Amino acid sequence: MPQLTTRTLPWYAVPWVVTGWREIKRYPLVSLAILLFFLVIPAVFAPWVAPHDAFLGSLSDRLQPPVWQYGGTMEHILGTDKLGRDMLSRIIFGARVSLIVSMIAIFVGGFIGTALGLISGYFGGRIDAVIMRLVDISLSLPTILLALVLVAAVGPSFGTVITVLIVLLWARYARLVRGETLAIKELDFIARARVAGASHTRIMVRYIFPNVVNSLIVLATLQVGYVILLESTLSFLGAGLPRAEPAWGVMVADGRELIVTAWWVSMFPGVAIMLTVLSLNLLGDWLRDHLDPKLRNL
Amino acid sequence: MQRFIAIRFLQSLVALLVMSVIVFGLARISGDPLDVMLPIEALPEDYERLSKYWGLDKPITTQYAIFLKKAVQGDFGNSLKYQGKSAMGLVAERLPATLELAGFALLISALIALPIGVLAAVAKGTGWDAAAKVVALLGQSLPVFWLGIVLMWVFAVMLGWLPSSGRGGLQHMIMPAITLGWFQVAAIMRLVRSSMLEVLDTEFVKLARIKGIPEWKVIWKHCLRNAGIAPLTFFAIIAGSLLTGSVVTETVFTWPGVGLLVVDAVRSRDFQVVQAVVIVFAGIFILANLIVDILYAYLDPRIRYQ
Repeated sequence: MPQLTTRTLPWYAVPWVVTGWREIKRYPLVSLAILLFFLVIPAVFAPWVAPHDAFLGSLSDRLQPPVWQYGGTMEHILGTDKLGRDMLSRIIFGARVSLIVSMIAIFVGGFIGTALGLISGYFGGRIDAVIMRLVDISLSLPTILLALVLVAAVGPSFGTVITVLIVLLWARYARLVRGETLAIKELDFIARARVAGASHTRIMVRYIFPNVVNSLIVLATLQVGYVILLESTLSFLGAGLPRAEPAWGVMVADGRELIVTAWWVSMFPGVAIMLTVLSLNLLGDWLRDHLDPKLRNL
Repeated sequence: MQRFIAIRFLQSLVALLVMSVIVFGLARISGDPLDVMLPIEALPEDYERLSKYWGLDKPITTQYAIFLKKAVQGDFGNSLKYQGKSAMGLVAERLPATLELAGFALLISALIALPIGVLAAVAKGTGWDAAAKVVALLGQSLPVFWLGIVLMWVFAVMLGWLPSSGRGGLQHMIMPAITLGWFQVAAIMRLVRSSMLEVLDTEFVKLARIKGIPEWKVIWKHCLRNAGIAPLTFFAIIAGSLLTGSVVTETVFTWPGVGLLVVDAVRSRDFQVVQAVVIVFAGIFILANLIVDILYAYLDPRIRYQ
C-alpha cells in the first residue's frame, strides 16, 4: 500500500489563517499602535483617561515644566500651560476634537461627493458637464484663503471649520466616483438590472455604489491625515476652532509667544499632530496598496 | 491646442468669478457694512447718504456688478484698521516681502530636493533611498507652523544663531524660507527620484557610460537635464502653494508680508483688506494652475480636449 505523504502543517494552517498572518506581518503594526495610542483610545475615552480637567486650570500651577525637567511634578507629566491647565489632558481632549471634526467633515464631504459623482457618471451629458466644472473650480480654489474669508465673515466655530473642510473635500470624491461609475455602468449586470426593471436610483445605490466602496475607503483614509493637518493649521491661524477649545493647532499657537520660557506648551501638541498624521499616512498607503492599487497617484 | 487653452482660460475666469461671488456674498452675510463704517452716534440721514454713495440701496445684483467693476480696477475700499489706506495699496506694499520670501524658499527647497532626489534614484534600495523616503514622509506629516516654532526654539532661543522674527538681512530669511519650503521638498524630491529612475534606464545613458564619461558627469549632467522636465512643470503648482503657505509661515515668524496682513485683518475683522488679499492670491493661484495645465498639455498631447 503506497504511503501517502501528507505535508505536516500546524493545526492552525488553514489557508485563511496563513494568508491572514502574512497580511498582519506586512501591516504597519507600529504605525497602527501609535495611532491607536494617540488618537482613538484617548479620543473615545477622554473624560476617563485624562488625569485632569482640560478646561479648568489653577493659576498657582501655571507653566510647570514636564516631569523630567527641574521643577516638574508627576502631577502634570507634560507640564501645564499659561493658565495652569494640564498639557497631557488637553492633548487627550485635543485628539477627540481632531477626530470629531475630521470624521464629520470627511463623512459629509464624502457623502455629497459620492452622490454627485454617481449622478454625474451615471447620467452623463449636461449634468455631468456642470458637476465636473464645479469640481474643477472647487479644486482650483485656494484652501486656506477660502477658510480665512469665511471666518472673517462669520467668526471661528465648529460649524465654520467643518463647512470649510466639506467645501474643500467633496470634489475629490466626486471626481473619483464619477471615473469609476463611467467604467461600471457599461458592464453587463447594469444593463440586466435595467431590463429587470430597477430604477436609476436603485441601480446607482445598490449596483454601482458597492463597487466603488473600496476606493472610497482608501481615499477617506488618506484624507484623514490631510484634514487633521488642515484643521490644525486653520486653528493655529485663529481661523479654525475657537480659542477656548483644546484643539492641537490652538495649543501650538498658545505656546508660540512662550517659546523662550515654556517650550513644552507648543512642542507636545505638535508632536501629537505629527505622529497622528504620520501613522494615518502609513495606514492609508498600506490600504491603497491592498484594496485598490490603481489609486497609486492619489 | 488653442481650443484647450481657450477652454481652460474660460474655466479659470469662472473660478475667479466664483471666488469673487463668495467674497462678496460673505461680506454681506457678515453684516451691514454701514454698521462698521459709521460711528455709533451717526444719524439716520448719514446712513441714507452713505448707502446711496456706496450703492447699497440698489438691488443685490447691481451691487455685485458695482463690486466687480471696482474690483477689476483694483478698488476694494479703504482699510478699517489702517485708517486712510486703501486695501489694495496695503497689499501692494506688502507683496514684495512675500515674493522675496517665496522666491528664497523655492530656491532652498530646490537646492535640498534635487540632490536628495538624484541620490535616492542612483542609490535605489540602499540607505540613501530609505532616508529620502523618511524625508518625504515627514514632509507630508509635519505641521508647517509647528516646524517653524521648533526651528525658532532651536536656532533662535537655544543656540541664538539666527534672529527669531522680522524682516532684515539674509539671516532673517533662512528659517522662514526653510519652513515655507519644507513641504515642497518632499514633493520635488519624489518627482525627481521617479523621473531620474526613468532616465537612468535609457539608451543614451548607457552610451554615455560606454564612451567612458565619468559617472558623476553622466548623472548630474546627462541624466538630470532630462529628468528635470517633469519637476519643472510642477514648479508652477509649487509657486501657488508657496503663496498660501506664506500665510502660515509669515504668522509664525511675523514676516511683514501679505500673509501676515491677511491674518491680522481676519483677527481685526478688516474685511476690505481680506477681500483684496483673497482676490489677489486667488488670481495668482488660479493663474499658476492655468499655466501648469497649459504646460502639461503642451508636453503631453493626450491631455488636450478633442
